[in-house]
Amino acid sequence: MNRETRLKWSLAWRWLALVGLALLIMVLPMPVNATTPVERTFQIEASQFAYSPAVLSVNPGDRVTIELLATDVVHGLSIDGYAIEATSDPGQTARLTFVANRGGSFRFRCTVTCGNLHPFMIGKLQVGQNELLWRGALLSVLMLVAGVWGVRK
Amino acid sequence: MNKLQEIAWKEKFPQNAGEIEISARLELPRRIDLHQIPWIRPLLQSRWPQFLIRSLTLAGFIFTIFAGLFGSRVGSHNFAIIFVWIAWWTALKLAFIPLGGRSWCSVCPIPLPGEWLQQGGILEKSRRRFGLNLRWPKRLKGSWLQSGGFLLIGLFSAVTLTDARVTAWVLLGLFGLAIVLSLVFERRAFCSYICPIGGFTGVYAKIAPVEVCVIDTAICAAHSEKTCYQSCPWGLYPLALRDSAQCGLCMECLRSCPSDNIAVNLRPFGTDLAAERRGSRSFGRLDEAFLALVMLGSALAFAAVFTGPWGSLRLAAFAIGSPAWLLYGLGFLVLNLVILPGAFTLAVWAGRRWSCGKAQLRRAIADQSQALLPLGLFAWIAFTISFAFPKMNTVLSVISDPLGWGWNLLGTANSTWSPDVSAFSPGLQVALLLVGLFWSASVAQRLALTNTGRTLREILPVLAFCLAFSLAMLWLLVG
Repeated sequence: MNRETRLKWSLAWRWLALVGLALLIMVLPMPVNATTPVERTFQIEASQFAYSPAVLSVNPGDRVTIELLATDVVHGLSIDGYAIEATSDPGQTARLTFVANRGGSFRFRCTVTCGNLHPFMIGKLQVGQNELLWRGALLSVLMLVAGVWGVRK
Repeated sequence: MNKLQEIAWKEKFPQNAGEIEISARLELPRRIDLHQIPWIRPLLQSRWPQFLIRSLTLAGFIFTIFAGLFGSRVGSHNFAIIFVWIAWWTALKLAFIPLGGRSWCSVCPIPLPGEWLQQGGILEKSRRRFGLNLRWPKRLKGSWLQSGGFLLIGLFSAVTLTDARVTAWVLLGLFGLAIVLSLVFERRAFCSYICPIGGFTGVYAKIAPVEVCVIDTAICAAHSEKTCYQSCPWGLYPLALRDSAQCGLCMECLRSCPSDNIAVNLRPFGTDLAAERRGSRSFGRLDEAFLALVMLGSALAFAAVFTGPWGSLRLAAFAIGSPAWLLYGLGFLVLNLVILPGAFTLAVWAGRRWSCGKAQLRRAIADQSQALLPLGLFAWIAFTISFAFPKMNTVLSVISDPLGWGWNLLGTANSTWSPDVSAFSPGLQVALLLVGLFWSASVAQRLALTNTGRTLREILPVLAFCLAFSLAMLWLLVG
């Protein structure tokens, strides 16, 4: 086997190993803290152009109730990945109940045009641990290795 | 001394002309010359197709200013906000730059009136020209001012991107500045040295699969009239092009070359990065390195302000002149002028020390900054997906009611259709960031292989910098 062929095989094995590792990172189950689903209620105040609190953390399976109170103008709330929505008139509380059955990090957004920064009035719902973030971080390290290792000297 | 004489390459080529024997097609493999494709050739040779497109973009640009000034103040109901910051800004990052490099510059309407005045005609140059035709000051050359322009955009972004009046005044200001600079300075001074979007597209055009280049260098060297240089509105000499960052793809060189010696190539992605070109390494420049770092810093800041859950940060960025905004501005400038340049310089310095590299630090910074380009472009694309896609329904709406006056021209004014990207956008964003990081790592590796041969030692700190940026972006977008 000449040097060129050996190099080709070596590179092929490297890529195979990297792809195998990437697949493992993508499909291996992550450690989960088993928790009993509970009922959680959040009071969110919505004002131009922020929610307070803006970050909600729940566990998978929790039954979540959001009480949305607009304090200045009409505001709404819809959660990416969950087909739910509520609208609150100023001073009036709107309720929204759902089961947090999808894990991960989801943005929630205002659904009623409320001013200049309306398109960016955003909050975050965290359901359990953010697997995508952790897997993405691990894959980032792998990509770095692949970028260096996969280039032929 | 004229500008052509300033180009070191020009001095070099006539002397070495006899030595250059290698066919350019062998020298630049894996290229398809679009100019040689029969049905594309007349489209490139004629000025009319480009003129028609530019006329349309000019009309759209003027209408955008009108809509911004006189239309609804509600951003999501105003053509100016939606078409500039959602439709055009998205198209620029997702299509024009990654697929066409500076292709937007070839149809951009902003320099058009100034150029017409400068050349005394619309399609052809005439004898009666306007303007002082001064040389651009040497000290102001490079992309430093473009970086400054981009930092200004970042400082005022929360207002510029959401207030139609401000958007209109910014566009009007750029339009006026381009005309004034055309009347004072020669060629496209505004595009080359001022336009922040030109800086953005130029720095990432190195990645794109399009280039304009000379086919046979010996023919150019022997051609004394240099008609390509004389006709180039950008003041570029095609033989001296180091990469695709400067060329605005206007095709004037191609039209004026008497020897049909200019190619418009489709090429592999990222050819300019760490690549050999014409037997000479295409090194980066310090101003381009700074611009690349500003792009990284701006991507981080934009992602935090526009897609993060931090309302107080958003409000601070919006309340221009308030103490909160001053604090935001200070943080933004410290990130872009101190933290990122400092961290990158430290990374390059550490790699150089560790690998006992002998290159000057300035040169090493400029050179290794090329690895930041894929990282930055893919970070911007990933950011755009969460920034613009959820608001695409507003595009249909403002087409029917561009001024927000209650019209319904095409029956789509009340359209609520919007692509539901929430199911796939986080995964797509992660994938894009990974591609950018992989590409950056391989560029860093190739750079190190050509420089010292001590690869890992030299690039490890730079790789750590890239990883840290990538993780920060990952956290901001999907965390």
